[in-house]
Amino acid sequence: MKILLMGNPNVGKSVIFSRLTGVRVTVSNYPGTTISYTRGFMKLGEETAEVIDVPGTYTLEPSSEAEEIALRMLDDGDIVINVVNAINLERNLYLTLQLLERGIPVVVALNLWDDTRHRGIHIDLDKLRELLGVPVTPTVAVTGEGIKELAESIPLATSPGTPVRSRDERWAAVGSIIDRVQRITHRHHRWFERLEDASVKPLTGGIIALGVLAGAFFLIRFIGEGLIGYVLDPLFNYLWAPVVLKLSSLMGGGGFLHDVVVGKVIGGEINFVESFGLLSSGLYVPFAMVLPYIISFYLVLGLLEDTGYLPRLAVLMDTVMHRLGLHGYAIIPTLLGLGCNVPAVLATRILESKRERLIAATLISIAVPCAALQAMIFGLVGQHGGQYVAIVYGTLFVVWVILGVILNHVVRGFSPELLIEIPPYRLPPWRTVLQKLWMRTYGFLAEAVPIILGAVVVINILYFFGVFDAIANFTAPVVSGLLGLPREAVTALVVGFLRKDVALGMLAPLALSAKQLVVGSVVLAMFFPCIATFVVLLRELGVVNMVKAAGIMIAAALITGGMLNLVL
Amino acid sequence: MTLAQVQSGQSGVVIQIQGGRGVVRRLNALGIVPGKRITKISSMLMRGPVTVEVDRVRIAIGFGMVGKIMVEVI
Repeated sequence: MKILLMGNPNVGKSVIFSRLTGVRVTVSNYPGTTISYTRGFMKLGEETAEVIDVPGTYTLEPSSEAEEIALRMLDDGDIVINVVNAINLERNLYLTLQLLERGIPVVVALNLWDDTRHRGIHIDLDKLRELLGVPVTPTVAVTGEGIKELAESIPLATSPGTPVRSRDERWAAVGSIIDRVQRITHRHHRWFERLEDASVKPLTGGIIALGVLAGAFFLIRFIGEGLIGYVLDPLFNYLWAPVVLKLSSLMGGGGFLHDVVVGKVIGGEINFVESFGLLSSGLYVPFAMVLPYIISFYLVLGLLEDTGYLPRLAVLMDTVMHRLGLHGYAIIPTLLGLGCNVPAVLATRILESKRERLIAATLISIAVPCAALQAMIFGLVGQHGGQYVAIVYGTLFVVWVILGVILNHVVRGFSPELLIEIPPYRLPPWRTVLQKLWMRTYGFLAEAVPIILGAVVVINILYFFGVFDAIANFTAPVVSGLLGLPREAVTALVVGFLRKDVALGMLAPLALSAKQLVVGSVVLAMFFPCIATFVVLLRELGVVNMVKAAGIMIAAALITGGMLNLVL
Repeated sequence: MTLAQVQSGQSGVVIQIQGGRGVVRRLNALGIVPGKRITKISSMLMRGPVTVEVDRVRIAIGFGMVGKIMVEVI
């Protein structure tokens, strides 16, 4: 049996899904967190039923890719758990009626039930059950209240034979149900609400946005640097380095196998960045350079997501984003891209048109460096001074803007207007924040670390057989002539296809000047997406658009790198 | 008048949405239908989006669509 969890965006479907199945999924406080479906299983008496967390949809007439997915899922579901926002029964019931008209058995979960009390909303549950003709269970998914009762109501799901209506008739039907079940009493504004409104007004909103973004940046730096300086660097330098040195002398201090496992011993020491063995750089780069920033970035992003601030940032950025052929909501995939480009490209599904998705995905994969690459930029470029890091970021930002403006003029079609629901502010539930942080960190460890280790082995083998020398000779005119980098730097660009963090690490032994590191970082960020992003881009954009995007990337990277080389 | 001409803080009732089927459908989906009471919360500078409250929910609407929503101020 297939049970579908359906409802408007941001009503808590994913939280209920987690509660019912025990499967952990990403939940946030903004519409469109779930862009694909997740499956899980739950016990239903003796039977095991499949439960599917469907992306949110306002109606069964889709207007984005995520909503189309929701509609397709409906065809092979047996029962729908319709999650309804108790704060906004009017709009939510429209979808409920559409579902009932489809003749599929439905149970209703009236979520966010706790919020109705202090908002002065009174709902007559018995009357609502009678008028809809299906079980209705009040729930508070975040605390788990009502989940047991909801599960018990699933076998009672029925299809009451609601007549099929036109859109106007359906809205009228919703209105008459509301008149009979809902009563609103007066209440005072919460100070949260004043803050909510201040953040979408031009002046106060701008000030709040600057404060939030600056605060987020410093918090990420503070936590990231703290973890590196006080935890991971000491761990590697005082505990791990002696072990690796010991192993090095056991393996004879040199030779091919030694270099793959331990790396090159430089001046009698292990240099964790430059040695490039499995046990030196292969562990140090992912765990001591990148992981701390993954943790700090995703902690702060999780807090921003769960408070409900991000859609407000979308409102503030809307006018600017329109110049780039996007609307304000594209800021959410863009911010996700600062963590990892893969979920960011997937998240472009919340945008309505193919054109917007092409522009957003291209801009993200060219000009939005992922956390792994940024950590390496901070680690390597930052050694020469903060101003060089600022040049890297400034350049990427300018590229993002200019390229967006160009794409907006060149790509045919038009971009739809912004139209989004802005969720109320909520205090982030710590459980959710930490669980999400763990899922994302674990995702990095499980997916990135094996590739990093593999890349280290491949790099050593390619060096050993002199493959890189051949490539370096071949590409010297571009790499040295145009970009002003030593010709060996091409190895980093090649490896950038596997992992950009490792690739930037490969520039470390080349003794580059600060200027060369800046050029190298920018070109590496823009040149070509890593393999994981490449696969997702190919799937989401299709071959033709992917080829276009790739052409733009290579051209933009070479032009920008060449210009930086001339200007700096 | 259109929603664009309404002052921030003022309330009105939606009379009509003057737009193509796509626009009407998207606005309807968010509960903005004729007869609905709507309050303008704020508008961004330079033809930026307008934030409104409908049924205790805040919705941001792009400027182009705002001009298509006809409202009678109350």
